[in-house]
Amino acid sequence: MNLPAEQTGDFIPWEDADAKPIIRFQGVTKKFGDFTAIDNLSLDIYEREFFALLGPSGCGKTTLMRMLAGFETPTSGEIMLDGQNIAPVPPNKRPVNMMFQSYALFPHLTLADNIAFGLKRSDMPKSEIAGRVDEMLSLVQLSKFGSRKPHQISGGQRQRVALARALAKSPKLLLLDEPLAALDKKLREETQFELMDIQEKLGTTFVIVTHDQEEAMTVASRVAVMDHGQLVQVATPEQIYEFPNSRYVADFIGDVNLIEGAAKSVTKDAAVISWAEGLPDINAAAPEGLAKGDNCCFAIRPEKVSISAEKPTDAANALPGKVLDIGYLGNMSTYHVELGNGQIIKAQVANQRRLSRRAYTWDDQVWVSFTATAGLVLSA
Amino acid sequence: MFNPRRLFLILVPYSWLFFLFLVPFGIVLKISLSDAALSIPPYTPQFDPEGGWAAIRELFSGFDLENFIWLSEDNLYWKAYLSSVWIALVSVLLTLLVGYPIAYAMARSSEEWRPTLLMLVILPFWTSFLIRVYAWIGILGSNGYLNQLLLWSGVIDEPLVILNTNWAVYIGIVYTYLPFMVLPIYATLEKLDGDLLEAAEDLGCSRFQAFWLVTVPLSRPGIIAGCFLVFIPVVGEFVIPSLLGGSKTLMIGKILWDEFFSNRDWPVASAVAVVLLLILIIPIILFQRQQQRAQEAEQ
Amino acid sequence: MSRRFSWFNATSLTLGFVFLYLPILILVAYSFNQSKLVTVWAGFSTKWYGELFQNQAFMDAAIVTLKVAVVSSTIATILGTMAAYVLVRLGRFKGRTLFSGMIYAPLVVPDVIVGLSLLLLFISLGMGRGVTTIVLAHATFSMCYVSVVVSSRLVSFDQSLEEAALDLGCTPWDAFRSVTLPIIAPAVISGWLLAFTLSLDDLVIASFVSGPSATTLPMKIFSQVRLGLSPEINALSTIMIAIVTVGVVSSSLLNKRATVRRLRQEQDALKQS
Repeated sequence: MNLPAEQTGDFIPWEDADAKPIIRFQGVTKKFGDFTAIDNLSLDIYEREFFALLGPSGCGKTTLMRMLAGFETPTSGEIMLDGQNIAPVPPNKRPVNMMFQSYALFPHLTLADNIAFGLKRSDMPKSEIAGRVDEMLSLVQLSKFGSRKPHQISGGQRQRVALARALAKSPKLLLLDEPLAALDKKLREETQFELMDIQEKLGTTFVIVTHDQEEAMTVASRVAVMDHGQLVQVATPEQIYEFPNSRYVADFIGDVNLIEGAAKSVTKDAAVISWAEGLPDINAAAPEGLAKGDNCCFAIRPEKVSISAEKPTDAANALPGKVLDIGYLGNMSTYHVELGNGQIIKAQVANQRRLSRRAYTWDDQVWVSFTATAGLVLSA
Repeated sequence: MFNPRRLFLILVPYSWLFFLFLVPFGIVLKISLSDAALSIPPYTPQFDPEGGWAAIRELFSGFDLENFIWLSEDNLYWKAYLSSVWIALVSVLLTLLVGYPIAYAMARSSEEWRPTLLMLVILPFWTSFLIRVYAWIGILGSNGYLNQLLLWSGVIDEPLVILNTNWAVYIGIVYTYLPFMVLPIYATLEKLDGDLLEAAEDLGCSRFQAFWLVTVPLSRPGIIAGCFLVFIPVVGEFVIPSLLGGSKTLMIGKILWDEFFSNRDWPVASAVAVVLLLILIIPIILFQRQQQRAQEAEQ
Repeated sequence: MSRRFSWFNATSLTLGFVFLYLPILILVAYSFNQSKLVTVWAGFSTKWYGELFQNQAFMDAAIVTLKVAVVSSTIATILGTMAAYVLVRLGRFKGRTLFSGMIYAPLVVPDVIVGLSLLLLFISLGMGRGVTTIVLAHATFSMCYVSVVVSSRLVSFDQSLEEAALDLGCTPWDAFRSVTLPIIAPAVISGWLLAFTLSLDDLVIASFVSGPSATTLPMKIFSQVRLGLSPEINALSTIMIAIVTVGVVSSSLLNKRATVRRLRQEQDALKQS
C-alpha cells in the first residue's frame, strides 16, 4: 500500500500561504426556519485533497455537502468554487458530482446506462460515451456487468457503480455522502482502500461526509470535526488524534481517558495538575495559555497508559488502582482500573504472545503509569 | 396427509365460487350455442336430466355456432365491439391525462397532507356510481348548468349539445374512473426515491428532463395498472352510455342489456357475452402478468 | 418524494378536486331547489325531501337494498376472509390456480356478464328470483373484493406470531381467533364496508337477477333517471352522499387519532427508557 501523499511530506497545500483553495466557504450560514444548520462557517479545501467532514448526525455535515452539490443555498455567506461564487449555479450546471448514501442508482437503467446518464447530458460526443463508460466500468472492476440492472448486483457492486457514475463526468469535485454506510464492516474496510487508490489515481478532489471516525481517519488527508453547525477542528488525522484541540474532539475520535482537574503550577513547558485528594498530581506538558489555577482536563489515550504490578520507578506519573474489568479484543486487552477516588482509567495492552497467562486479573492492585508527554492538557 | 380443517377451509369458498361463478359461465356458453325459441326459458335445446346419455347427445347435436355467425354478419355487433374498445381507449388516454398530474401533485405534497388528499380522491368512489353519473345529466344538458354558465358569460350564443353524445360518455367515464387511474400512479410515485431525482440533476438534467427520464419511467407500472383498471371495465360499461350517451353511442354492454331485456333473445345475448369475454381476456391476462411482475420486482 | 411542491402541482390538485367535487356539490345544492325544473333555481326549499319520504316505492326499495347489503356483505366477508387465508397461508393444493383465478376474475369481468350468467344459472336451477338471488349474486362478487383486501393484510403480517401462539399451546383455531383475527380485523372491517358499498351501489347485476318482487334502490333510481332529472332523486342522492361522507370522514379521523395516539405512546416509551 502506498502511503497517503501527505505522510511523505509532499502534499500540504493548507500550510502553503500561496496555494489557492478549490473550495472556499466564507462566513456561510444556513438556516431552516429557526434551526441553524450551519453557523457562520469558513473553510478552505484544496485541489487533490481527500477531505472528510466528520460529526454526529445533525451536526450540519450533510447540509454543508448539499450546499456544494447545489441542493441547498446558503442563507448568508459565499461558497466559491475555483474562485467563482456558485450560489446562482443550479445543481445540473455545476462541475460537481455526488455519490449518494442510498447510491440512487436508476433502477430502470442498466449499469452502463446509469454511468452514461451524466455523459449524455454533457457536451461529450456520442461516439466517445461508450468508451468512457467502459473505462469507468473497468476502473471499478465491473466490466462484465455493464448490461445488468442495479437489482442484479450486490451491495458492494452497487456502491462501485455509484462511484463510477459520479466520476464519469470527471467532476472537479466529488462529494461522497456516507458512501460506505450500507456495507458490512469487512467490505467497508476493503472499500476504503479502493476509494483511496481511485482518488489518488484520478487526482480528483473528494469530499466525504461520514459519522464513522475510523473511516474518516483512514481515507482522509484532512478531517473537519463538526458540531452544531460549526467546525471544531480541521487537521490531519494524526493531529486530530494526537493533538485534539478540545474535549469534544478528544472524546469523539477514538477512546480517551478524561481527568478533570485544576492547574496547580504552570511553568514554560510543564504543568502540574491536581485532580483528586490523596492521589498524586499529574505531571504533563503545559499547553499555551494555561495559567495557574485554571480548570482543565487531562486527556490520555488508553494505549499510552502502561499497567504494572509494582510501582514503576522511572515514570513521570504513576497512580495506584484496582483492576475492575478486563476486555479481551483479540489483538489487545483493555483493562479498566479504578483509582482511589472512583475515577476509572482505561489501559490497553497489546497481546503479543498467544495464550499467555495474564499478569493481572480482576481485583488485583496495580499501578497505571504514563510519561509527561503522553497526555494532553485541554482547557476547553 | 388428510386434514379436515384444511379441507373445509378450502372447500367452502372454492365450491361457492365454482357454483356461482364458473358454472354460470358454462351455462352462458351453452346457451350461446343454442337457438332462440318462443318458450320458457326462451331457447332450445333444453337439457332433460332424466334422459341420460341420449339426452346429452341430443343436447350437443342441437348446438351450433349460428349465434356467432349472426353476430359476425350483423354490422351492428361489429361496430359495437369496435366502438366499445375505441371509447375505452380514448377514455383511458383522457383519464391518464387528467389523473397523472393529480397523482403527481399528491405524491409531492407534504407528508401530513397525503392521507387527507388520498381520502379526498377515494371519497367519491364510496358514493353511488349511479348518482355520480346522474349528476352530469344536469350539468351537460342543453339547458344544464354548463350551458347556462357559457350562455350567461357570452362564450357561446347557442347551447352546446354535449349530453347524449360520445363526449358526455367520455366525461362520465373520466369522472367515475379517475380514482382507478390516480391511485396506482400515486402508489408508484410515492415510493419514488427523491435521491434519484437529485442524482439526475446532479448528473446534469434539468428538472423537466429529470421528470421525463426518471419519474415517468419509474411510474410506468402505475400507469400501466391504471390504464388496465380503466380499460377493462369501461369496455363492458353499461350505465354511463345508457344515461349520458345518445342513440349513436354504441357500446356492447348496452347492446347486451337490450338484447336480453328488450329483445329477449337469450342465445344472442349469451353469444354477445362470450365474445365480449374473449375480447377482454387478452387485456385481463396481460394485466395479471404485469401485476405479478410488479409484485416480484418489489420483493 | 416530498420536495418542491410547485404551482403546477397546486393547480392540478385544485382543478382535479374541483372536477371531482363540483358536480356533487351542484347536485346537493339543487336538491334544495323549490322548482320542479331541476336546473332552474327558484328558491330554497326542503319539500323534495318531504316528498321523498312520502314515496312508498323509494322507501321499500331502500329497505330491500339495505337488507341485501347487510346480508350479502356479511356472507362475502366470511367467505372472502376464508379465501384470503387459503390463498396466503395454506400453500399449494390441487386446483389452487383455478381458485385464485376465480378470486380475481370477478374483479375484471364486466357486470353485464356476471349478471347474465348468474341469472341463467338461477333460471336453470328453477330458483324464484328475488332478494335471495340478489344476495347470492352480491355475496359472490363482493367476496372477491374482500379476499383481495384481507389477503394484502395477511401477506404483510408476521407469520411467526401465529407460530408463537401455536408454540404457547393454542389450537390452530384458537391461534386464528386470538392472534390472527384481531390483527387482520381492520382489513376484515374495511372488506365488509367495501362489500356493503358495492352491494348498495350495484345496478346491473341486481337488475339481471332480481324478479318483480324485489326492486333495489339503484334499480329504482335508474328507472327514474332514464326519464330525466328529478328533484326527488337529487334529494335522495344528497342523503346518500351525506351518509357516506360522514362515514368515511369520521372513520378516517378515528384512524388518524389512533395513529397519533400510538405515535405519542411510542415516544413516551422511548423517553422512559
